[in-house]
Amino acid sequence: MTAISSYARALAAASGTAVPTATVRHVHLAARPLILVPLAMAGEANAPLAAMVGTERERPELLVVPQPRNRDLRFAFAARLAEIFLPYVLGFAADIEELTNGPRTVDAPQLIVPNQAGVAFVRLFGRSTRFRTTTGDYAVEPSVPLLGRWLTFFAERAEVPGSSLMPAATEMLSLHWATGQSALEDANLAALMGWIDPPAGADGPAAARLAEDPRHCPPAGPTTDPGFDNEVLAPAIAAYDAVTDPSQLPDAVKRLEEALHSQLQPTWDLVWRALDRLRVLPGGASVPGRWEVDRSRYTGFHTYMIEEGLPQARRDGAVAAARRLNRMERAQASYDAERAFDDPLVMADHRVTGEAFLGSVVAVDRDRRVPNGRGKGRLVTRPLVTLRTEDPVRLALGMKVVATRRRRQECVVTALEPCDAGILVTLEAQNGMGRSAAPAPGSVPEVGESLCYSSVLADGVRSATMPEAEDTPWTHGGPPQPYEPSEQDTAEAWE
Amino acid sequence: MSAASVTSSASAAEEAERVIQAVLGDLRRGHSRGVIVDSPPGAGKSTLVVRAAAVIAGSGEPLMIVAQTNEQVDDLVERLAARLADEVPHARVGRLGRAGYAPSARIANLPNIVTASDIAGLGDPEVTISTAAKWAYVREGTWPWAIVDEAYQMRSDTLLAIASRFERALFVGDPGQLDPFSTVANDRWHGLVWNPTQSAVAVLQRANPDLPVHRLPVSWRLPHTAQSVVADAFYPFVGFRTGTGPGERALTIPGHARGPADEVLDLAAATGWGLLELPARHTVRTDAEAVSAVADVARRLVERGASARSGTDERAVTPDRVAVGAAHRDQVVAIRAALGDLADGSGPGQVVVDTANRLQGREYDVTVVLHPLSGRRDATAFHLEAGRLCVLASRHRQACVVVARAGIRDLLDTHPTSDPVHLGEPVKFPDGWAANQAVLAHLASRSVQAGGAAYAAR
Amino acid sequence: MHPGESVQDRTESRLDRIRGSAPPRRHDARTIAALTRNPGCARRGVLDAAGVDKDLLARQVGFPAAFGQSRFAIVRGNVFEARVKADGCVDLLRMFHECLGSEPGGTEPGGTAAGEPLLVTGDAEPDETLAARHERTVAALRTASGTDRPVLITHPLLRLAVGGQDVHLEPDLVLVRPGGLFHVVEIKSFPVIDGQAEGEKVAAAAIQAAVYVLALRRLLGRPDAVSHDVVLVCPRDFSNAPMATRIDVRRQLLVLDHQLARLSAVDALVAALPPDLTFDLAPGPDGRPTRPAAELAAGLSRLDARYTPDCLSMCELAFRCRHEAAGRTAALGPSVREELGGVETVAEVLELAAGTRAPTADQAEAADRLRTTARMYAAGLAAGPATEHAAGDRGPTP
Ligand code: SF4
Repeated sequence: MTAISSYARALAAASGTAVPTATVRHVHLAARPLILVPLAMAGEANAPLAAMVGTERERPELLVVPQPRNRDLRFAFAARLAEIFLPYVLGFAADIEELTNGPRTVDAPQLIVPNQAGVAFVRLFGRSTRFRTTTGDYAVEPSVPLLGRWLTFFAERAEVPGSSLMPAATEMLSLHWATGQSALEDANLAALMGWIDPPAGADGPAAARLAEDPRHCPPAGPTTDPGFDNEVLAPAIAAYDAVTDPSQLPDAVKRLEEALHSQLQPTWDLVWRALDRLRVLPGGASVPGRWEVDRSRYTGFHTYMIEEGLPQARRDGAVAAARRLNRMERAQASYDAERAFDDPLVMADHRVTGEAFLGSVVAVDRDRRVPNGRGKGRLVTRPLVTLRTEDPVRLALGMKVVATRRRRQECVVTALEPCDAGILVTLEAQNGMGRSAAPAPGSVPEVGESLCYSSVLADGVRSATMPEAEDTPWTHGGPPQPYEPSEQDTAEAWE
Repeated sequence: MSAASVTSSASAAEEAERVIQAVLGDLRRGHSRGVIVDSPPGAGKSTLVVRAAAVIAGSGEPLMIVAQTNEQVDDLVERLAARLADEVPHARVGRLGRAGYAPSARIANLPNIVTASDIAGLGDPEVTISTAAKWAYVREGTWPWAIVDEAYQMRSDTLLAIASRFERALFVGDPGQLDPFSTVANDRWHGLVWNPTQSAVAVLQRANPDLPVHRLPVSWRLPHTAQSVVADAFYPFVGFRTGTGPGERALTIPGHARGPADEVLDLAAATGWGLLELPARHTVRTDAEAVSAVADVARRLVERGASARSGTDERAVTPDRVAVGAAHRDQVVAIRAALGDLADGSGPGQVVVDTANRLQGREYDVTVVLHPLSGRRDATAFHLEAGRLCVLASRHRQACVVVARAGIRDLLDTHPTSDPVHLGEPVKFPDGWAANQAVLAHLASRSVQAGGAAYAAR
Repeated sequence: MHPGESVQDRTESRLDRIRGSAPPRRHDARTIAALTRNPGCARRGVLDAAGVDKDLLARQVGFPAAFGQSRFAIVRGNVFEARVKADGCVDLLRMFHECLGSEPGGTEPGGTAAGEPLLVTGDAEPDETLAARHERTVAALRTASGTDRPVLITHPLLRLAVGGQDVHLEPDLVLVRPGGLFHVVEIKSFPVIDGQAEGEKVAAAAIQAAVYVLALRRLLGRPDAVSHDVVLVCPRDFSNAPMATRIDVRRQLLVLDHQLARLSAVDALVAALPPDLTFDLAPGPDGRPTRPAAELAAGLSRLDARYTPDCLSMCELAFRCRHEAAGRTAALGPSVREELGGVETVAEVLELAAGTRAPTADQAEAADRLRTTARMYAAGLAAGPATEHAAGDRGPTP
C-alpha cells in the first residue's frame, strides 16, 4: 500500500463509497473482449464445472460439465471452449501492419476474467490441456491442445506487469479506485463493485456486506459456494449420474445448466458493469504503447504456433527463468514510471515519498557549456535549471530525474539547498536540446514554468544476455534435457 | 596482552590458516569445478580473495574476479595490486569499468594496474576484475579461473549471465547477510533448483551438491563480546569464534555520563553491547524520539572523544569509524538530518549513516543501530529478515548500541513467522523471528531506559 | 481463592464458567496450529482456552462464519486417503523411499531392501475407549522403533498437553524407519502440479504436521527419534495418483514451541475478567441457544480483540470482530494502517489530514505526513483530465 492509496481508503471508509486513485485508465480495453467466467469443482484439481463465455453481453454461452470427475466430459468441455475461444483469438491474426522489425497485428484478442483466481484457473486449465494428444488411447479433439497452448500464452502474459492481454476485473478496478475495506476483501468482485458502483439506495459497506453473502450473491468463482454445492449442485449431479434412460439425459443436464446459470449470470453482469465503469475513464498516454507490446507478443506467439507449436514447458529452465525474471523486472520498472507520468494522481504517491516533486523554475542557466570529459577541450551544452518546491524532496545528488511534460529530457540533480519556503533543487539537463551548440528553442525550461520531476524512471539498462538454453553452465545444472512429448504426458490425467 | 590471549589469538590464526590452506589446496588440485567459502562477518574474506588471486596469478593462469559493487572492486584492486607487486611483480591487474569509466583516485596511479571500459582495452592482464553487472556484458573469452566475491549478495540470474566466462571458480561470501531481492514477485519459480531470485550460492549448491564448502572459522572484526550473540543468532549450525579473546579489545569513552545516551555508551564500552530502550509506543517509521536518541548516542560518542584499543594498538574513534544503521531509507534521511554537520555529506571524516543493505561488508569501531522493529505494530517478513539484523549487529569492532522502543518482545510473540511454504524450496536458516528473539534476549541485560521526556519530539 | 487452590485450578474453573454448560470444544491439530496465527488476540485466546464453540457463538450474536465445506471436497479427501492407503501402503513405502532417501547406514525408509512393511492400524476399534486406544497405539509406536522392518501406523492416538489440558491428536500416518526414526505423514487432497502446491495450504499442512512431531517427541521422550522432516502426500498433477514430498518443519516447530509455552498467559487474561463473565448459550429444551445476543455481545466486548483482515480466513468470529472494527484503520489492513501513521480511527486520520484536529504529541509526525498526503491527493485529482470520475466531490479540501 502506498500513502495515497491508503489515504484514499480512509476517505472511502468515511464516505461509504469508493474514491479514485487514478485519473486516467491504465489498462487497454479492447473494443470486443472475450469474457470468461469459469467455475471449478471444489476439492478437485482444477476440474472445470462450468463457464460463461462470450464477446456479447446479452448472449453469453453457457458451458457445463455435468459430471466434473469424468475426464472425458472435462475434455469435451475443453473442446467446446476451444470452439468459441480459438476463432476469437485467431481472428486477429490476419490484419497485419509491416514494421521494420517484422509484422505486427493491428489489434489483438483480450481475455477478461473476473478475478485473480480466474487467471489461475486459466493457467492450470492451459496446463492440463496443452500436452494432450489427438491420437492413441487418450485422444482428445485436435482443438484441445491448441486451446491449452493459447491459454498458457495468455496466462504467462498476465504475469507481466502492464500487459492487458488477460486482465482480471478486480485488478483493473483496484488500480483505479480505493474502497473503504481491506485489499483482501477487494478480491471479491461483487463487494468491490458494491463500493465502486453501489446499487441504488445502498452505500458501499452495505452493498459489500450483501455481496459477501452467497445466498444473495454467488461467489465470482472459480470456487463455488459450499452451500450451493451441498444443497443444489450435489443432488443435481447425483440425478444426472442416476440417469439410465438416455431420453432423460437432457432433463438432467438442463437442471444442472439452470443451477449453474444462476451462479454465473450475476458475475457475468458484474464484469460487464466493471468494464462500463472503466471505459468512462480517458486512456493513459502510455496505454497504446503497452498494448503495442501485447500485440507484438500475440503476433509472435501466433507465428510460433504455426511454425513450431510445441507446448510450453512444464517449468522454466534455468535460462528461461532468468530471462523471464529480467523481462518482468524491466516491464515493472517502466510500467511504474509510465503510470506516474501519465497520471498526476499516481505521481502524487511519488511526491509524498519525495521521489518526485512539483516546483516552479526560479533560475535557468540556459547556455551553460561544460567540458565533455573526453579531453581536447570539447564542450557540451548542459543548462542548469533551478526549481523551488515545497514538496518533501528526498532526492540525492547525482540522481536522474525527468519532468512529466518534458519526458525526452533527462536531468541530473546537482544541488539541493533549503530556502525560506521549501527547497531549491538544481538540475543539469543532459539531452533533448537538439544538435547545435545552443539549445533548441523551447528545449530548456523557462523561469516561471511549473514542472513535476520524477526519479521513478524506467530501467534504461538493457538486461544482460543470457546463454542459450543448450549452453546452460554447470553452475545452474548444465544443459537441460530437450523436451520430447512422451507417453507420460498424455497418460497422467487418466491415472 | 595476557599470555593466555596470545595463545588464543595465535591458535585462532592457525585455525584460520588451516582453512585457507585447505581452500588453496582444493583450488590447486582442481577436483571440483567450484569451491565455496562461507565467511562470517569480518573473517578475512578479502584477504582470502587476494591470497587466492595471487596464487592463481602466480601459476600463470588468467583469472577473472567478480565483485558486486564498484567500491568492492576498487577495494580489491588496491589490495591485490599491493600483494602482486610483492609476489608476482610482472603481473598486471585489469580493472574493467563501465562506459566512460574513469579510475578513482586511489587506484589511478598504481603501477601494476590497467583500466579500460572494454576487455580488448585491457590487453590480457593476469587478473581482470570488475563488477558482476559489468561482467554480464562481456560476451567473449573464457578464463580458466574466477573468484566471485560476496557471492551471497549476487542473484542467481547474474551468475548465469557470467558463468560461461569461467571454467572453475571460487565463491566467497557471508551466508548471514541480506539475500538479494527482486522487484517482482512470482510463484512460478518456487522449488526450482535454479530459481532465479535466489542467491548465486544457493543455486550453485543446489545444482552441485557435492562442491566442497569451507568455513572461515575466525571473525577478526567482531570483538569477543559479540561471539556468542552473533554466532548463536545468525550462524546457529556452524558458529565461529572471534580472533580476539576477552579483554583484548577495549573501548574507552572519557567523560562523565550526563544522560541515557552516555549511560548506554558506557555500558556498551564495558560489555560490547548496549540497548537504549525508549518507552513503548507505536510510532511512524521515522519516530522522531528514536531518531534523536540515535543521533544523540552517535554525537555523544564523537564529542566524548572515544578511543579504541585492539591488543596493543590504540587509536581514536574518529567520526568516520562510527556507523549508524537503520532498516529504511527514510529513517536514514531523518537520522542524517538529526546529526547535522556530523553527517551531512559535506566532506570526508563524517559519521556514516546508511541502510543495512548498504552497510553490508563494511566495518566500523562502533555502530549505533535503530532496531528494525522499534515502534512497530506489526512485524513483516522485511522487518524480521535475519540478514537485516545480522548486518546491523555485526559491523563493529568494539561495540554496538541498539536503540529501540520497548515492546519488541511482545511484538515478536504476537507475530510468529507464518509465511507460505513452497515445496522443494530449502528452508532458510536462521529464522528471522528466532534470531530476533535471541538478540533481544541478549540485549535485555544490557539496557538503559530513557525516560519519556529525554527525547521528546522537538 | 480456596486454600490449596493453585492458580491453574482457579484458571480452570474460571474457564469452565466462561464456557458454561456446553461440553468443551477440545483443541485438535488444526486449532493448535491456529495458535500461531494472530496469537496476540486475547479474545480468541480466552475463548479457545475455555473451549467455547466459537462457531455457535458467532451464529448466536448474529454474525455466522462463512466456513462451509463442500461435500465434493470432503468426498475427494476421503477417496484420496483411501487410495493412498490401498494395497497395504506398499506404493506409499516406495514413495517414502524416494523422497526421504536412504540413510548413510544403509537403512531404508521403504520396504524393498528392509523387508515388507508392517502395517499397524491405530483406528478406533469397536467399543474402545480413548484411553485404551491411546495406550494401544503408544505401545505400538514404542515397539515399532525396535523392529528391523519399516512400520506404518495409521491414525495413532497421541496426546499433547496444551495450556494445561490434554489434547488428543490423530496424525494420518506415522512411519517408523528400521533405524527407529519416526516420520509424520500428512495426507492432503490438494494437488501438487509440476512440483508446486499452494503455499498457504502447504504452510497449514506443515504446521499441523509440526504439532504431531511435537506430540510424538514429548510422548516418546526422545526428541531426536522424531524427524523434523515430515512427508506430505498429495495427488499428483490432475490425477488421483499420490506423490510424496518431504517438508522440513523446523521453523514451524520453533514457533509452536514458543506459542505453547506462552499459553500460560491466559492465566493473567482470565484473572482480569469479571468473575461472572460467561458465554453459556443456555440451550433450551430443544437444544437451541436461548441466551440473548445482546448479552453475549456485551460479554465479547470485555475481551480485547485484535482484528486484522486475515481473521476472515481463520477465525469464526471474524465477521463480528470486523463489525466492531468498522471505522478503525486496522480494518483496512496492517499496511494501510502503517501508511496512515498508525492513527487509530479513520475519522482521526481525516481530521488530522484536513488540519481540523490538533495532533497529540504522538501523532505530530503522522499528522504532518497525512497533511502532505491529503494535499498531494487533492492536487493530483485536480490535475487529472476532467471527467466525471475525477471531478467528483470526493476529494478533501487541502
Ligand atoms: S476474528 Fe476476532 S476473535 Fe478471532 S482472532 Fe480475529 S480479532 Fe480475535
